[in-house]
Amino acid sequence: MSEHSGGNEPVVIVGAGLAGYTTARELRKHDRARPLVIVTADDGAFYSKPMLSNALAQHKAPADLALKDAAGMAAELDAEILTRTRVAAIDPAARTVTTGGGRTLSYGDLVLATGAVPVRVPLEGDAAGAVISVNHLDDYARFRDALPDGGTVLIMGPGLIGCEFANDLAAAGHPVHVVGPAPHPLDRLLPEPAARRLQQALAELGVTWHLGTTVAAVERGGGTLRARLADGTGVDAHVVLSAVGLAPDTRLAAAAGLTVNRGIVVDRHLRTSGAHVWALGDCAEVEGLVLPFVMPLMACARALGATLGGTPTAVRYPPMPVTVKTPACPVVVCPPVPPVEGAWEVDEGGDGVRGLYRDGQGHLRGFALTGGRVREKQALVKDIPPWLDGQAASDG
Amino acid sequence: MSSEYRKWQCIVCGFIYDEAAGLPEDGIAPGTRWEDIPEDWACPECGVAKADFEMVEITA
Repeated sequence: MSEHSGGNEPVVIVGAGLAGYTTARELRKHDRARPLVIVTADDGAFYSKPMLSNALAQHKAPADLALKDAAGMAAELDAEILTRTRVAAIDPAARTVTTGGGRTLSYGDLVLATGAVPVRVPLEGDAAGAVISVNHLDDYARFRDALPDGGTVLIMGPGLIGCEFANDLAAAGHPVHVVGPAPHPLDRLLPEPAARRLQQALAELGVTWHLGTTVAAVERGGGTLRARLADGTGVDAHVVLSAVGLAPDTRLAAAAGLTVNRGIVVDRHLRTSGAHVWALGDCAEVEGLVLPFVMPLMACARALGATLGGTPTAVRYPPMPVTVKTPACPVVVCPPVPPVEGAWEVDEGGDGVRGLYRDGQGHLRGFALTGGRVREKQALVKDIPPWLDGQAASDG
Repeated sequence: MSSEYRKWQCIVCGFIYDEAAGLPEDGIAPGTRWEDIPEDWACPECGVAKADFEMVEITA
């Protein structure tokens, strides 16, 4: 018996981000005929999300980032695309979804590509509601509208997205403040000497760091916003950007009774606990792994497109290093996946830092590279075991 | 006359391939034209195969 329902029953995809659209493209490589419906809360434009955090350097306005509109995508994919439409509920037993407008859609297979929602930390102050998170093109347009020429930006969160935005904004001439509780940027991904290089390079570009503290309140005052930090200091800024993290959007799945942990729980075929319901991308937890990066998402979309097209295909993850788009200090990091006890071995010779993360047996499980040493990525990645191989887990 | 080297950008992840620089660590010599990159090559940052790469030429 085939795993997918096949035949002529529609595939319904919830979400038109990179996960939803790439799954649709991959499905079409295997099956041009099956009815396909994509439901999206936004306008359905296809855009490159990784480019949101380096659009200024490339002189791109938000509208320039939309590469194809919903009508263009519908034509390319032979799909019906319901824009500005939310899915209100899923009924896995009846195999239907109901939209916010009350329309009921039947599916043969349902793909949840709902993405992630920005984590918001509670803030005091009359302008707490003015804090912007950027996780969609619409959010990004709002952010750019709010940002005057040369305006000051306070970024909450010195993680990957926070550092990329800091680099992009500072390079475009905006004064930038970055606030976060960690002692160094990217401190969960990088060994300290590598984090210090990044911190210093961004400081030289004009970024002011406020580390070891948090934003307590955001208030209005004198035409700008004033952030009050937990350490008692204050920072004035035109825009406050929250980049403290993303959480898988599991709301629809949980309401439908599907198994949810950190993300929507799926196996290596991307099957949820519900028959004919699949999930991938930032919303999904694949064999225990939540990896909100482009490369794992693409691997999942290729596998799921094949599965839905009639060839059941398990996801295989090679090691997938992440490039942090901070041109002031290039950074490539390959975190240990799945997490493993180990220690960093750091070499600061040459034109950057190389950190090698070794487990208790001395095996290379991850690495971090800065500056010119990012060139060593290809050579190192060959020594890292696959993150998720085609077989049952093993210590190799 | 050979034309000037070009840069190509991956529409999925924003990765830029600079023909002049090549990707020596990936086995692609400096000066390799986009047309001359093997068909089985994939974007080093998002894994998209060349056939699906949808590179857009950028001017810089």
